[in-house]
Amino acid sequence: MLAFVLTLVLLLSIVIVLAYAERKVAAFMQDRLGPTEAGPYGSLQSVLDVLKLLQKEDIVPAAADKSLFKLAPILIFAAVFAGFAVIPFTPDLVPAGIGIGVFYLLAIISLDVVGLLMAGWGSNNKYAMLGAMRSVAQIVSYEIPAGLAILAAVMVCQSLDFQEISYQQGALMNQFPGLEYEMNWLFGIRDLGINTTTIGGITTWNIFRAPILLVAFVIYFIASLAESNRAPFDIPEAESELVAGFHVEYSGFRFAALFLAEYSMMVLVSLVAVILFLGSWNTPLPNIGPVSLAYWTTGTVGELSSILWGGFWLLSKTFVLLFLQLQIRWTYPRLRVDQLMHLCWKVLTPIALAVVLIAGIWRLLMI
Amino acid sequence: METKTIKHKSGFWDVVKSLVSGLRLTWKHFRNAKNRRTPEYVSDKNYFNQPDGLVTLKYPYEALPVPDNGRYRLHNEIDDCIVCDLCAKVCPVNCITIESVKATEEIGVTSDGTKKRLYAPVFDIDMAKCCYCGLCTTVCPTDCLTMTPVYDFAEVDIKNMIYHFTDLTPEQAEEKRQLLAKQQEEMAAAKAAALAARKQ
Ligand code: SF4
Ligand code: SF4
Repeated sequence: MLAFVLTLVLLLSIVIVLAYAERKVAAFMQDRLGPTEAGPYGSLQSVLDVLKLLQKEDIVPAAADKSLFKLAPILIFAAVFAGFAVIPFTPDLVPAGIGIGVFYLLAIISLDVVGLLMAGWGSNNKYAMLGAMRSVAQIVSYEIPAGLAILAAVMVCQSLDFQEISYQQGALMNQFPGLEYEMNWLFGIRDLGINTTTIGGITTWNIFRAPILLVAFVIYFIASLAESNRAPFDIPEAESELVAGFHVEYSGFRFAALFLAEYSMMVLVSLVAVILFLGSWNTPLPNIGPVSLAYWTTGTVGELSSILWGGFWLLSKTFVLLFLQLQIRWTYPRLRVDQLMHLCWKVLTPIALAVVLIAGIWRLLMI
Repeated sequence: METKTIKHKSGFWDVVKSLVSGLRLTWKHFRNAKNRRTPEYVSDKNYFNQPDGLVTLKYPYEALPVPDNGRYRLHNEIDDCIVCDLCAKVCPVNCITIESVKATEEIGVTSDGTKKRLYAPVFDIDMAKCCYCGLCTTVCPTDCLTMTPVYDFAEVDIKNMIYHFTDLTPEQAEEKRQLLAKQQEEMAAAKAAALAARKQ
């Protein structure tokens, strides 16, 4: 229960920061000022937006399928929020550390699609329906390259446990039960003869342990943009043609829940990208001889220092990725539906399959 | 006309290069966001340039200064007005309403030395009708009707767009009217007396 409340509070605060950042980043990239009135530099703007949404009337259209319409936002948010349960925030802090976390995450996020379809169908509105169908088609398609990219990382790590994957990517590897005698080699190749187990830092991140995962990371990042309905894959929302996609009929608290779910999805996919490819809560600074930067910036497991350092590195890497998502939104134009499907099925999926194969071979080299 | 063939770039590296250059462009704008446009006067050479950084001003707090010869809200310096009615006559949209009352004696002089002989109990300009042509300011003999640099004077109630420039209260105006009527009566009486005297 405590984990639930803490995660929810953490998520809400990240989302509020993100919503504010989105507006400021958008404004700055378009040479505007962005919010300036509410609080210093408009920093209270997103808090006030949420308060405003909560005060609004909760309208349920007369022709809507009421039970579906009412249930959908809760289901969508619950599906995304449930994904956070297996995210390791620090070396010893996981809301629910289960052994098959990656598998669970993929499964629970797919539930999101059901919620979207319920929202679109329940609204009894052609724009909502079209938006929901596009959204579902897009998410279902992009789950394949995303899943394959994740599979490549899982094959290299030989684990479905997010926490174990995290430990593998840092200098603390041998402290994880079961990994006591494991070793990291530079680029994962033992024959190079450079042992990086105690060097840690960026040299043990998955994208360095097996450089092919860099390709997997790019594929995963592109697919994750599509999964969270972000530009340039935002055709389900397409303000200019579909008004706002599946949530056009929603208002007040239900809209706030959908909005929250969307931003939570962005945070979740970035967190997963960081954990699987970019070293999770591990520091990027390696130990160089006597200068053990990695140990200094990791803290001692089980103490407050490791919680603070772990949280700091995880969140700062996540925010870098989130910033990239925002920047991409304000840089690239939206793809057409056929281009979207072309990219997914004819480009990303074949590459992802090849990456899985190469990752398997790499793993053989690593032993 | 010369037709140029556009080289279609579709190779993998071309695409990557163009994606990266797009990101670089937005990043450059993001980096420049610490610079702001400054409210310069129109004679400044940067006035029409788009400088680096944010181009918007926080309007009610900051505003671009308007040109001196711009035509914006009218102002009448009623102390200098001789109530000659020229502005009302020239106005193409008839938005100036002047009512005049002759003074019983000379009221005073304007700042340029013209004698004032008329009161203006009503001097209204309807800014909602005004087309800011500036004709009234050109004809005004004492230069008391001028354009000010104020352009943001929207009102919720359109009645407030009618500007009253008179310096007389209704009571004072009534008093002046009565004075005039009395003077005219006296003059008429005097005239009648003179006429009667001549007849005899
Ligand atoms: S500026 Fe033109 S329209 Fe306005 S009051 Fe003067 S003469 Fe009339
Ligand atoms: S033209 Fe000038 S002096 Fe004459 S009535 Fe108008 S404002 Fe007064």
